[in-house]
Amino acid sequence: MDLFSNLALGLSTAITPINLLYCLIGVFLGTLIGVLPGLGPTATIAMLLPITFVLPPISALIMLAGIYYGSQYGGSTTSILVNLPGEAASVVTTLDGYQMARRGRAGVALATAAIGSFFAGTVATLLLALFAPPLSELALQFGPADYFSLMVLGLVASVVLAQGSLLHAIGMVVLGLLLGLIGTDVTSGTQRYTFDIPQLADGIGFVVVAMGMFGLAEIIRNLEQEDGRTVMVREITSLMPTKEDWKRMVAPILRGTAIGSAVGILPGSGSILGAFAAYSIEKKISKNAAEFGKGAIEGVAAPEAANNAGAQTSFIPMLTLGIPSNPVMALMIGAMIIQGIQPGPSVMKEQPALVWGIIVSMWIGNFFLVLLNLPLIGLWVRLIMVPYSLLYPAILVFCGIGVFSLNNSEFDVYLMALFGLLGYVFVKLDCEPAPMLLAFILGPLMEEYLRRAMLISRGNPWVFVQRPISATLLAIAVLAMCAVLVPSFSKTREEALRA
Amino acid sequence: MISAIRSTKDFWTGIIYVVFGVGAVVLARDYGMGTALKMGPGYFPTVLGGLLTVIGVISLIRSFIKEGTPISRFGLKGLVLVAGSTLAFGLLLRGAGLAVALPVLVLVSSYASAHFRWERSLALAAGLTVFCVLVFLKGLGVPLPVLGSWFGG
Repeated sequence: MDLFSNLALGLSTAITPINLLYCLIGVFLGTLIGVLPGLGPTATIAMLLPITFVLPPISALIMLAGIYYGSQYGGSTTSILVNLPGEAASVVTTLDGYQMARRGRAGVALATAAIGSFFAGTVATLLLALFAPPLSELALQFGPADYFSLMVLGLVASVVLAQGSLLHAIGMVVLGLLLGLIGTDVTSGTQRYTFDIPQLADGIGFVVVAMGMFGLAEIIRNLEQEDGRTVMVREITSLMPTKEDWKRMVAPILRGTAIGSAVGILPGSGSILGAFAAYSIEKKISKNAAEFGKGAIEGVAAPEAANNAGAQTSFIPMLTLGIPSNPVMALMIGAMIIQGIQPGPSVMKEQPALVWGIIVSMWIGNFFLVLLNLPLIGLWVRLIMVPYSLLYPAILVFCGIGVFSLNNSEFDVYLMALFGLLGYVFVKLDCEPAPMLLAFILGPLMEEYLRRAMLISRGNPWVFVQRPISATLLAIAVLAMCAVLVPSFSKTREEALRA
Repeated sequence: MISAIRSTKDFWTGIIYVVFGVGAVVLARDYGMGTALKMGPGYFPTVLGGLLTVIGVISLIRSFIKEGTPISRFGLKGLVLVAGSTLAFGLLLRGAGLAVALPVLVLVSSYASAHFRWERSLALAAGLTVFCVLVFLKGLGVPLPVLGSWFGG
């Protein structure tokens, strides 16, 4: 069967010593930044992107992927031990995880999170392997109109999943699209919105925007509510769940995996929503509903499985369509381009070793994560106690040098400061930066596909509803938009997204 | 007039969107619209700018109708010091070199913290400088001077 030969190819790629090493480095760094509150995967991957110049493409992408799903793992550790989510996706884990820790069951909570994540990661990796090839086959039939509609759907989904006001999220998307157009127009050669600044002729680098809005803005915001972290470091006695625990966690892990995998494919903050959805469903159907919020093991198992599954399946649109579903995936695409690989459906055919190597490395990485997390828990606990006042200047330094080294240009450093400012203002106004960032990447592509589609259809705008693929995608987008406007759903959305 | 605003968040978001939207449309007038069949460089930006303006105006109108939560206080100290030290870092990089720019960035930015202590920040600056010179300049070959042209470097 194809699947097995593909997985075998992936295994032979992923298991070379150099790739194993970078996988390990990736998940280690991922856990590290997951544990450290205030430093997320987007900013970290953006910082490390310049370093990947010197690595072979496969190793670079394996490492970056490891950072992403590793951070989901590490985030749960802080949630459980400190009641502070290290990552946005592990917010829900604080609810029951921290309560378990307060009852002296921190070890079991950590083990449950690890087991749930590992299982979910394994399943999601298999799903990825199963669905990637047919999806990329389908994608090869996409015309420009279909691509345009796909991006519309992606942006609509990111708006629907964004926190805060819907209107503001739509505005952020449009603003992002506009910012993406800065630079030289590929078709006509016209300089747009460059104000005769030569450094803007090639447009604004995505990494610059990402580091500004996610790195700097985040630091400024954290400084506002800086407080001494009190860590509940108790002796972590037994890691081993009891027989009763095992029985109670099986079904939630299965359901969490299913929900997380499905939601993870959606653009926007997939893994966050998956975790929330998994938690609220468990709370509704569990026999032990009364225990939720007081240390129910189901409340740890389900969201942890969901966020890890979601992190993994969010690679599907990136690998098969070349379209990022979240800012981290956009950076992965950036890493591919740096390495001279043109992302898109043909990557699967032209670079099978790369794609399958990444997929299999994820499974290996999940295994590493279990090994890293449970025995090394003492190290991570100590890291949580690194004071933020020492951490953020270091983050700034790495952001600064990282951004400079992309183009060896100090102009990019100034731009980063500017976007940090802008990002902070938007956070203050309840405008989420993630949809804007996604739109920023998609802006030039969307314009390109729109132009091509209109040229092919001889200026007939109905082409977007006449082609079946495009029409289907647009219909889903319209449905999603309508669903948010229905009052009962929008209430659920607000509840689910309230972090 | 200010008292008539019921949601300051909607109000200021609206202002920002309208400024960017109108700006985008006005600037795009020089770029050539083209036709729907052969879109010029001004087509897409004009559509987007118009859309953003509309969204901004709706947000502005809503700010007078719907009650919203007020904007929480701006952390001005953090804002100024973090953005300012980053700017200074960029300005000093080539002229003064990394061995100056980096400590300036660390010291100025860490002053924003409520837990700022001189000795700790100095130690951090020294450690990071050594680390970054070794890893980024020597190891990865980032073309930056340790000491810049102002010092004859």
